[in-house]
Amino acid sequence: MSSDGIDRRDALKLIAAAGGLTAAASSAEAQNPAPAQATPPARTLPLAGPRGTPTDPDLLRPRADWPRKLSAGELATLAVLCDTIIPADAKSPGAAAAGVPAYINEYVSAPYDGQMRDLIRVRGGLAWLNVESGKRFGKPFARLSAAERAQICDDICYLPKAKPEFQAAARFFDLVRDLTAVGFYTTEAGMKDLQYVGNVALPRFDGPPPAVLKHLGLA
Amino acid sequence: MFLQNPKSQTNYDVIVVGSGAGGGMAAYQLAVAGLKVLVLEAGRSYDPVRETPMFKLPREAPLRGGGTRDKPFGFYDATVDGGWEVPGEPYTNAPGTDFRWWRSRMLGGRTNHWGRISLRMGPYDFKPKTRDGLGADWPLTYEELAPYYDKTEMLIGVYGGDDDLENTPRSSPGALMPAPAPRATELLTRKACTPLGIPVIPAHLAIMTERQDAATLPRKLHPGNRLAQRVLAESMRSRQACFWATPCGWGCSIKANFQSTTVLLPPALATGNCDIVPDAMVREVTVDKQGRATGVSYIDRRTRTDRHVMGKVVVLAASACETARILLNSKSSTFPNGVSNGSGLVGKYLMDTVGAGISGQIPALENCPPHNTDGASGMHMYMPWWLYKEQLAGQLGFARGYHVEFGGGRGMPGPGIFGGLEAYTQGAYGKRYKEEARRYYGSFMFFDGRGEMIPNEDCYCELDPDVVDQWGIPVLRFHWKWSDHETKQAAHMVKTFSEVIQAMGGTVVGNRVETDGARAIARGGQIIHEVGTCRMGTDPATSVLNEWCQSWEVKNLFVTDGAPFVSNADKNPTLSILALAWRTCDRLVEELKRGNL
Repeated sequence: MSSDGIDRRDALKLIAAAGGLTAAASSAEAQNPAPAQATPPARTLPLAGPRGTPTDPDLLRPRADWPRKLSAGELATLAVLCDTIIPADAKSPGAAAAGVPAYINEYVSAPYDGQMRDLIRVRGGLAWLNVESGKRFGKPFARLSAAERAQICDDICYLPKAKPEFQAAARFFDLVRDLTAVGFYTTEAGMKDLQYVGNVALPRFDGPPPAVLKHLGLA
Repeated sequence: MFLQNPKSQTNYDVIVVGSGAGGGMAAYQLAVAGLKVLVLEAGRSYDPVRETPMFKLPREAPLRGGGTRDKPFGFYDATVDGGWEVPGEPYTNAPGTDFRWWRSRMLGGRTNHWGRISLRMGPYDFKPKTRDGLGADWPLTYEELAPYYDKTEMLIGVYGGDDDLENTPRSSPGALMPAPAPRATELLTRKACTPLGIPVIPAHLAIMTERQDAATLPRKLHPGNRLAQRVLAESMRSRQACFWATPCGWGCSIKANFQSTTVLLPPALATGNCDIVPDAMVREVTVDKQGRATGVSYIDRRTRTDRHVMGKVVVLAASACETARILLNSKSSTFPNGVSNGSGLVGKYLMDTVGAGISGQIPALENCPPHNTDGASGMHMYMPWWLYKEQLAGQLGFARGYHVEFGGGRGMPGPGIFGGLEAYTQGAYGKRYKEEARRYYGSFMFFDGRGEMIPNEDCYCELDPDVVDQWGIPVLRFHWKWSDHETKQAAHMVKTFSEVIQAMGGTVVGNRVETDGARAIARGGQIIHEVGTCRMGTDPATSVLNEWCQSWEVKNLFVTDGAPFVSNADKNPTLSILALAWRTCDRLVEELKRGNL
């Protein structure tokens, strides 16, 4: 349906109408004097379609083109943490292979208040992880064994049970866990893992199949 | 979409301000009646056929499609240049008020992204003061508007059931399309609600479950009007039935749901009687020395120039608050307080809908066999208000009712998925997290109450003397205060929902139900059902418009948006705006023919 011809036709019609409106304006000036009409500036907003501003983006060609803020080192630590939260298993790949660190970088780099606050928490948390790993095992988080990583993560994975000295780290961990889940389960692999089967055109909507009714005790 | 007719017209019969539900309906009805119509839209041109991101996935969008200040309802939401803030167009709140004003700046206005919920007001809703002594009565009855509800449903395409419950009227045979089959979550909820005495019945949404009958409906809706029949049949033949995928709030390129831009404006343009000028930000209604409207002044947003257009009649449909703003800004020696404001009531009795909600986790829904729950994207079933008798007997402590919108299930994974899962899994991570995610996916449900607010003296908008927008137009300042009727209703909502969740064997998310209604209730404006700034009535001293939504003071000025509403029943307002606008236009056409305008 996107045809330049239609755009041009719309444009011509709008221009024609603008002439008509100018005539209307002049006949109305006697009772409603308005400032003299200047000729429109050479460069004006487009007549049709998205204008490419943050509040009017092109929905068919989405872009998240703000500069990314996490460093290569931070991303390496983050990738290991993401895979610790959502590792590969028999059904689906791990979070890093699904591209989750890049999503989290996009998220914490976004020019919005909430994301700018989360950037501080994520950066601070990543730095804390490496400091804590160094204190406990003498090496950075990315080089810990799975058992060593679990020792740290077990202390920070559940806020209500985290010791006072781990409260801030637990908040960081929960934020990264939630972001990892969004990043992972929105990918093709993640949607398949959950067995999401919608977003397809159907000739009719039949309601739940018998297996579902049985599962729910509604059969 | 064709934005203008080839022939330019300089003498319009009617200038319509706004192109959403009220403006779109006015443009359509007046154009098919043979009048020359000019529609002015503050926002840009917008074409859902070309612009809707059908089937796009969250992962293709910034932030996986999540909401931001720029796109509050998510990246793919149809809203253009809108939300709680519009760039360059502020509004202000009086001290102690936290009112939110959702606007959009696009052809078709908020009809592009709305929830499509299309519930009729019932007989009680038109005469609330007669029933319980509060608020004010409408100057018309349900029976007077019912034929227009029927016609509107047939025109736009609405699905629903044929239940006939107290103050929840049934449509005439043939007016509605069949409701879609209930989803698993809806069946489970109905099972739990039946013993509680809460009805769960098919919802009414402006989504087509089948194609419209283009051979008979146009003749039924426009008897004897060949032009109307031709353009409507053509429009109906261009619309497809819902194919059960991709959210309505993003718009619909197959025209299966109601948007002014797919349903009303195309046939209006096809008559050859209608022109539309987008990017036209209306400033004021102009009047002559006799106090008659002569047209409107607007700012062309593209060139930032001031323009004026003339018409025999002016119809305002800019949205309840924006319409009030235009009238208040239309000051002259004849109307020093603004046009049509002799009563001083323009901007007064502003209402929104009472909103409160909670979510529940339902173990029965865990590990559910995979199946497609997308459906019509909106709800297939809902709960109409069921406690009319207890309420009238004074047993509830608040005077008006609410309906319940609810849902859940195995929707498309997106932003927020599994947020809060920590609490259900004692902080799972690793392989256990993936197992827990599979288990809990689709087991959460939400319940939202939508209730009637009673108009009060403390809720209104006025011009802020100190602030103008980027077009130099004084902005609105809001005043807001809920009464106990609303806050107690909100408390009743969340208490009821927690009982429903418990009856389903579930637990309330967060494990705590707010008992203080003043905390449970949404902020004013947040439900985006603002109505009532120019209420209609039978007495010019106590209303702005007469029973035909015609200004008491300026005979050739009409209002067709939510501003004329006298009350704000729990029923979502758009269907009533459309039906009332159609009735107003019929009157306008008759009066113009009789030479009374």
